[in-house]
Amino acid sequence: MKVFVAVKRVIDYNVKIRVKPDHSDVDLTSVKMAMNPFCEIAVEEAVRLKEKGVATEIVAVTIGPKAAQEQLRTALALGADRAIHVETDERVESLGAAKALAKLVEEEQPGLVILGKQAIDTDNNQTGQMLAALTGLPQGTFASAVDVDGEKVQVTREVDGGLQTVELTLPAIVTTDLRLNEPRYAKLPDIMKAKKKPLDVKTPADLGVSVGSRVKLVKVEPPAERQGGVKVGSVDELVDKLKNEAKVIS
Amino acid sequence: MSILVLAEHHDGALAGATAHVVAAAQQIGGDIDVLVAGENVAAIAEAAAKLDGVSKVRVADNAAYAHLLAEPTAALLAELAGDYSHVLAAASTTGKNVLPRVAALKDVAQISEIIAVESPDTFKRPIYAGNAIATVQSEDALKVITVRSTGFDAVAEGGSAAIEAVDFVADNAQSTFLKEELAQSDRPELGAAKVVISGGRGMGNGENFKLLDGIADKLGAAIGASRAAVDAGFVPNDMQVGQTGKIVAPELYIAVGISGAIQHLAGMKDSKVIVAINKDEEAPIFQVADYGLVADLFQALPELEQRL
Amino acid sequence: MTSVTERDSMDFDVVIVGAGPSGLAAACRLMQQANAAEQELTVCVVEKGSEVGAHILSGAVFEPRALAELFPDWEERGAPLTTPAIRDELYLLKDAEKAQKLPNALVPKSMHNTGGDMPRYVISAGNLCRWLAEQAEGLGVEIFPGFAAQEAIIEEGVVKGILIGDMGVGADGAPKDSYMPGMELRAKYTLFAEGARGHIGKRLIQKYDLAAGKDPQHYGIGLKELWDIPAEQHEPGLVLHGSGWPLDKSTHGGWFLYHAENQQVVVGLIMDLSYQNPWLSPFDEFQRMKHHPVLAKHLEGGKRVAYGARAIVKGGLNCLPKMTFPGGLLIGCDAGTLNFAKIKGLHTAMKSGLVAAEAVFEAIAGGDEGGQELTAFTEKWEASWAYAELKESASFGPAIHKYGTVGGGAYNFVNQLLGGKLPNVHDTTPDHAALKPAAECEKIDYPKPDGKLSFDKLSSVFLSNTNHEEDQPCHLRLADPELPIRDNLPTYAEPASRYCPAGVYEVIEGDDGKPQFQINFQNCVHCKTCDIKDPAQNITWVAPEGGGGPNYPNM
Repeated sequence: MKVFVAVKRVIDYNVKIRVKPDHSDVDLTSVKMAMNPFCEIAVEEAVRLKEKGVATEIVAVTIGPKAAQEQLRTALALGADRAIHVETDERVESLGAAKALAKLVEEEQPGLVILGKQAIDTDNNQTGQMLAALTGLPQGTFASAVDVDGEKVQVTREVDGGLQTVELTLPAIVTTDLRLNEPRYAKLPDIMKAKKKPLDVKTPADLGVSVGSRVKLVKVEPPAERQGGVKVGSVDELVDKLKNEAKVIS
Repeated sequence: MSILVLAEHHDGALAGATAHVVAAAQQIGGDIDVLVAGENVAAIAEAAAKLDGVSKVRVADNAAYAHLLAEPTAALLAELAGDYSHVLAAASTTGKNVLPRVAALKDVAQISEIIAVESPDTFKRPIYAGNAIATVQSEDALKVITVRSTGFDAVAEGGSAAIEAVDFVADNAQSTFLKEELAQSDRPELGAAKVVISGGRGMGNGENFKLLDGIADKLGAAIGASRAAVDAGFVPNDMQVGQTGKIVAPELYIAVGISGAIQHLAGMKDSKVIVAINKDEEAPIFQVADYGLVADLFQALPELEQRL
Repeated sequence: MTSVTERDSMDFDVVIVGAGPSGLAAACRLMQQANAAEQELTVCVVEKGSEVGAHILSGAVFEPRALAELFPDWEERGAPLTTPAIRDELYLLKDAEKAQKLPNALVPKSMHNTGGDMPRYVISAGNLCRWLAEQAEGLGVEIFPGFAAQEAIIEEGVVKGILIGDMGVGADGAPKDSYMPGMELRAKYTLFAEGARGHIGKRLIQKYDLAAGKDPQHYGIGLKELWDIPAEQHEPGLVLHGSGWPLDKSTHGGWFLYHAENQQVVVGLIMDLSYQNPWLSPFDEFQRMKHHPVLAKHLEGGKRVAYGARAIVKGGLNCLPKMTFPGGLLIGCDAGTLNFAKIKGLHTAMKSGLVAAEAVFEAIAGGDEGGQELTAFTEKWEASWAYAELKESASFGPAIHKYGTVGGGAYNFVNQLLGGKLPNVHDTTPDHAALKPAAECEKIDYPKPDGKLSFDKLSSVFLSNTNHEEDQPCHLRLADPELPIRDNLPTYAEPASRYCPAGVYEVIEGDDGKPQFQINFQNCVHCKTCDIKDPAQNITWVAPEGGGGPNYPNM
């Protein structure tokens, strides 16, 4: 079975973001970029499926600027067999990304597509679900376990308050949650080999899709600084305020 | 304008989040319908009809919608969406699972986890884990939106909306519900808890964290810890709230013996109400706390447990 | 327990440790020569930072002499040298309010950043390295960020390469699920370019007794912040230096404030680690210094966007160890090529890398199978302009140590007028031995940060973007774990909590009410100050898991 993995280039999760002084967006210049952590989990899951003999080929895909090829190389070093880069400098949001992915799914017919549940930049949590809608495939989002069994896949999902298990017919779309696995480190010889693995570059026009966003980014601001509130004199007063003023306990 | 709100429900009861979503819908303005989808949901529909501001409750009561699986539920919403300018749901795991699928079926963008309504097409939402707030404007005719509950105060009850049945039944041969295991622990998970009580280095040692147990039990709270408490070896690092640990945004966050290093503040500053209990009145945590109590925690905690 | 792990091994012609200016300059030059000679050459650079540039921090006003030798067309290649230094100002701060601007004629000429035949540029060393790494990769160099060299492979007295640290080892030393044993990277020649107080370089200097006959090395700690400032305050290319307040007379150091591109200003303090008062906190000195009107007027209304700290090696020629040993070379700040008289080290570091590359390539091209001591390097190096610079300013730092900032400054002024003819001055007390007992020193009461110009330590560390996987062995090793509380606390009031610019060390009250030494290694910004300044030399900095540490932007 062929497995698709979508990966996204985002600001490294260790880096504190900085809003541009003109509030047009977050500043991405001179900032360390990396593969979105949820996408790393997606790549790891695909590699594990290949190690189990379930997956036969892993194709890593990204949509974004030229520099995003770095993240494809990382995926290749971690075990993807080849990569497809849909190159664009437009601000791509989930629907555009899903459209490009849907076209590639149509062309390549993978048995399973694994994506991160969300990217840590826009925090949208949409692309996998949208891809499922556009391809007419079932979806198993927020996965903490993925078991492929013949023509079906069982996905254990992290839902509010617990875990839910669903069974999907293949092909299917899966999005990863944090506990699905712990991604491995890329090995140095694999990083070298990854430079020689095939990487196709396409444009949205090649795929016949438009990936531009229909959500206008009006402005980006730093969050309001929290102001200190009141000091209370006793536990009694605290409990009273929480009950009657803040109304957060009953 | 007219708005359709997908009702959130669990175990046969309307979930509280729905009243927050209706509040967001009121800020957008227009008629508000609530869709209750599920199996045997008559009681839930009645509860939804009581929410202030709701004009009509539409009920899709069918085995196809049991567990609100994404495929049939999205198909249902896409079917009904033609009547509306906005489709809203809570930013719960259900809402986040279903709504992007609805949006893509309707070929529109989706706007996730709004925390404020600026106008019927413009919203504020946190990005980068709450480290920036984006104002976004939808250019689509249909707006599909998930709503973060803490951003909107719940509407009251007192209404009596009409209830009408929806006949549409979605086909679904693709996905099957197998099982659900709700967390066994009485304690909710740190990332999802409505109330979090966290201890810092002021707790003195790991043993003293037991002082938090009784309070957590009474409030249904999760227990967290500051990095300093984790570094000092009091508790394991999966309890850490902060930069490299978990980011939490509960309704109520109680920080006990936590000075308020920036790493910790970054992890909890989105909480709705913050309480700090610390004997050092200069502790930075008081600069962000809504309610601060300068007290010895070893006296304050047993007293608090007793008063709750 | 000893266990032998089967390690993978890879062979290269040259392995370079550290993707800084010297390492990358060497890598580029090696490939340039190989490509010109149409000879196959494999060159690999490992970098412990998560990306190239993540761990480097420098002022910096850059003199492009070595760069121009490496890439005469650096401008067309888009090197990030966009802001020429246009105006120099030097101040002596008298107290918290007053300052004296020194006339240019009285400033030692090495400290002039404008005029002369070569323009100098206000740059980000991080961005310079990122650009150099692109050039190197373009030439065929393999660069591996996120891989930390743990130790040198030494066989029969010859350096044969390096060992990359294991990944995925838990705090208890046991392998986790993600365990990946480190690899051996073997090479004909290994260049160590780790920067100041490199942890392998330190061991090589000991092992091969490279510092024999030299003065003990001297260091400073540099603290730096990057600020966004209002457009109307911005004067790209303005270069300010100063000394005096808030440092006391026995503490040497100076500050810098440069107007860089993109409405940004960098501000920093470099303080000699030969300071005596254990109550002194470089971090707090830096914070209060920014309140001086001479500095504050540039920063007011701005927003701090990054913070970092790094030890710098400043002993100069008197302290420069032998740079060769069998199988390898020590280059750049790992050896100590910084020219303190110019407050610049990037150009000399790069030059040492270029010279190293030439010596190594000459050997390999001549059929050398590696493992030799490259004495040809020493000849080339001693014939270079970089060495001549260091020779001329050999007494600059020692004179300041000996005669104070003003007296030493006068010595340097006169010495430079005389072309370095005054007798050489030596400083033979190692920095760690300079501390006086706490009881003999005045306790310093630092002002509280105002949250506008000055900040507390933890919110500063936050802006270094530092992070280390929590579940791994602590990379700050104590030879004697009891020593900090038993000896350092009573004698020196345990200075680690103050000299560490990242809040790694704390003395806290333990469960039993007794003081306890706490190491928060996750906060570490890899500055190496603890390894240098601990009075008992009890702390050894070793490399944590690759990729850990700060993530500096354009620092």
